[in-house]
Amino acid sequence: MSEVIVPARSARDPRLAALRRVAVVPAYNEEASIGRVIDEIRGFDPDFEIVVVDDGSVDGTARVAEGRGARVLRLPFNLGIGGAVQTGFRYAYEHDFQLAVRVDGDGQHDASELSALLGPVLAGEADIAVGSRFSSADGYRSSRSRRLGIRILASVVSALVRQRVTDPTSGFQALNRHAIDLFAADYPHDYPEVEATVLVARHRLRRCEVPAAMRERSSGRSSIGAVHAAYYMAKVLLALFVGLFRRDVPAREQ
Amino acid sequence: MTPLTVSIAGAIASVLLVLVVLELIRKRRLKERYALLWLVTGLVLLVLSAWRGGLNTIAGWVGIETYPPAVLFAVATLFILLVLLDYSTVISKLADQNTVLAQRLALLEEEVRTERPDRA
Repeated sequence: MSEVIVPARSARDPRLAALRRVAVVPAYNEEASIGRVIDEIRGFDPDFEIVVVDDGSVDGTARVAEGRGARVLRLPFNLGIGGAVQTGFRYAYEHDFQLAVRVDGDGQHDASELSALLGPVLAGEADIAVGSRFSSADGYRSSRSRRLGIRILASVVSALVRQRVTDPTSGFQALNRHAIDLFAADYPHDYPEVEATVLVARHRLRRCEVPAAMRERSSGRSSIGAVHAAYYMAKVLLALFVGLFRRDVPAREQ
Repeated sequence: MTPLTVSIAGAIASVLLVLVVLELIRKRRLKERYALLWLVTGLVLLVLSAWRGGLNTIAGWVGIETYPPAVLFAVATLFILLVLLDYSTVISKLADQNTVLAQRLALLEEEVRTERPDRA
């Protein structure tokens, strides 16, 4: 585990300091990158409570995270990213946090971009702010098929929510209490972000996108392979289609 | 040649299957992950019922000369087997996870009892 020097940023906003805030960090076999992710969040703001959701890792993810002083929720087996992230949101809900950010444990999200991400939420302009790889000019290097898939989903979702959505698959998000309440009660399974985008709109929460550069994975493998991608597209499109005919906004549980 | 009534009945049954599956998803009684195979089943049977020339051609390929709708039964049986096999794998996974949950719960209860003997 190499030590990473994090530049001491004083990105502290007085509106931020007033809020109880939590960083939800889902991680599945990310022992190589999780330490740096935690350090970077601390570097941005040392007062974030950092909750690592260890999604059934078989490596030292939980040990490394606990070593850095993060709170670790260890799932007894792999739930998939949706179930893991929702565990973090439930934690935020149960412990009365007023602000939550999600930063993935693989290191693809850059904590130094949190300042821009938090802006619209702190200003009360959005209930959920999402870092988009595509709304900025420098773009995002990725495989062509992956970009095409995201573009198809983006146009479908944009039509459904009647708002321009450029990156419906981004997991780099900041949420206020309204959004925490919603996601703690109802959150899609598997790869949840696309369906969650529509869910947010149906509950009349305000979503906005903020340009955010994302890094190549620093370690590990993407959780989406080729066969999986096809299944994922079919499942998400089916869920979106059926969701159109769902009148009821489900009652909040608990 | 496939009787027209068989084609119509097959098509109606397939459409009903698809509609029932979609309605179950809508009511949140069926997860998308488990619905996909049922939907593929319904759509394949619908195509084979409605596209009568195709059914006859496929029947010819596999050597069914007297009664082409037998292909419908064969394909339907194949897909039902696929769904059952898929469910068997799902049940196996659930059984494993259930074991892990029970073990973790037993360990946790032991820990709680040790810390709070009054509650035992």
